[in-house]
Amino acid sequence: MSVLTVLRAGPGVSLQDGGRFGWRRQGVAVSGAMDRLALAVANALVGNAPLTAAIETTLAGAAFRAGDRPLLVAAGGPGVGLTIAGRAVPPGRSALAAPGDSIGLSAPAGGTHGYLAVAGGFALASEMGSLSSHLRSGLGPAPLVAGSRLPIAGGGGTAPLWLPLVPGHGAGPIRAMAGPQDDWFTTEALDLLCSADWQFDQRSDRMGRYLCGPALPPRPESMVSDGVLPGSIQVPPSGRPVVLMRDCQTTGGYPKIATVISADLDRLAQIPPGVPFRLTMVTREAAVAAAAALARQLRDIAPRIAGGTDPARLWSENLVGGVWNARDDGNGIEDRGIDGTRG
Amino acid sequence: MTAPRMLPCGDAAISVEFGDTVDLALNARVRALDLALAEAPFPGVVETVPTYRALMVHFDPLTTDFVALKRHLLVLADRPAPAAHNPRRWRVPVSYGGEHGADLDEMARHSGLSPAGFIAAHAAPVYTVMMIGFLPGFSYLGGLDPRLARPRRDHPRSRVPAASVSIGGAQTAIGSVEGPSGWHLIGRTPALPFLPGRDPVFLFDAGDEICFQPVSDAEWRDLAARAAAGAAIAERLA
Repeated sequence: MSVLTVLRAGPGVSLQDGGRFGWRRQGVAVSGAMDRLALAVANALVGNAPLTAAIETTLAGAAFRAGDRPLLVAAGGPGVGLTIAGRAVPPGRSALAAPGDSIGLSAPAGGTHGYLAVAGGFALASEMGSLSSHLRSGLGPAPLVAGSRLPIAGGGGTAPLWLPLVPGHGAGPIRAMAGPQDDWFTTEALDLLCSADWQFDQRSDRMGRYLCGPALPPRPESMVSDGVLPGSIQVPPSGRPVVLMRDCQTTGGYPKIATVISADLDRLAQIPPGVPFRLTMVTREAAVAAAAALARQLRDIAPRIAGGTDPARLWSENLVGGVWNARDDGNGIEDRGIDGTRG
Repeated sequence: MTAPRMLPCGDAAISVEFGDTVDLALNARVRALDLALAEAPFPGVVETVPTYRALMVHFDPLTTDFVALKRHLLVLADRPAPAAHNPRRWRVPVSYGGEHGADLDEMARHSGLSPAGFIAAHAAPVYTVMMIGFLPGFSYLGGLDPRLARPRRDHPRSRVPAASVSIGGAQTAIGSVEGPSGWHLIGRTPALPFLPGRDPVFLFDAGDEICFQPVSDAEWRDLAARAAAGAAIAERLA
């Protein structure tokens, strides 16, 4: 069996798939890819089902070595570049690594998480229905570090694929629905939530992302715990909100002022630390419509066989159609650099 | 019975809230609704999480008729709890104090009891698992003797051992895997509430009853070795 070896990995590199469902009543986090769309793009390019387990990176790049068989690989995530044996692979395209080739993933540009998918996926036993790593519970494979070895299932295709248009996230404020504990906050706090410029700070991880901005202190009483989920915006007594992410616990004792809609959680996960963004409240109807649009986007990823295409055309199409294009941006998310300055 | 509050949590979950306190009768209503929903499933519901005071219902926003789900939950919540509900009851061995319960002596002093009196008071009640959360299998128990209650530590520990038995406020709990905790450590059970690969993976469910049985350090070591090998150490009493 062929093996993919990790040569270099920063913190926050792990295997993630669509998540671990059905165990939340026992305190098991859902986990799964922070950006399901980017995961699905990488998987589609190697002929896998959309939510097949792939390697997720955080803020930094990573390097791997192919095993003793050729391996079709693809990258996903905003501005995540793929190299094979030092040669850059055009965006929106998979490539065949020869045995022993080095495989490089660049740090995301204008994003937080990158993905590396391999044709056929990894030959690892799922744990409680998922291959996703969850650090705190020890479920799933251990986080990946230099020297980690991942067996390749094999049986995947070897013909490189390409996408005429790489689907990505839209722009505009992150959409949320008020509650469940919006009555623990003043109307001023609820107004501030939607009028302030927010940023994520560096402490953020797969469990939660810390919002930097105005304080939104809840009522001073302590609250009896209830259920939480990825997207819950919980506010501890300090008034500093935290958006719970895929690895979050299942219950919590802080009031939740609002909940990010399911369709915007992937986009939120990709906002780099220090880049300002806004939140806005939407109706259930709008949230469900957004969830349907994301489901369509995931379903409609249709890569083509890459033979005979002109890489220069791929490049130009990606630049024209790529969603990380800043022109239609309504709130300044994508047109600012990682330090928050305008690019 | 007062109707619960229906609190949407984004587009993929709803919290059915029966109250805002830690109360066994209120918690029983949460579990009754959970059982009723398991017996009368609703299309699109993915999973449920019973907590102290609310039932969290996770659903697929694309296939769930939200208005009909709310109505379904309200109808189920209005039914009287099934009379013939017999909770499972477990005997759970605990080694109190010493290396397994670093805060026991201080907790005893704070309560005005002797360490032996504190242990006896902690092992006396039949507890109810009111909620499982925080970490896999972490069981929050209701029924603590109020004399033993104490607010959480000012300085949480970054690491406490798996399956620690602790007190935080008016609650006591059986811990899960090793992890951070701001609760007072009074003992440790050799029974592992969560062990991947074991059948069953989890020992307890919300609504189960727990009786603690003090054991010696030597007994703890013997039982812990068996637990690590995959034995389910908690003994079912009912």
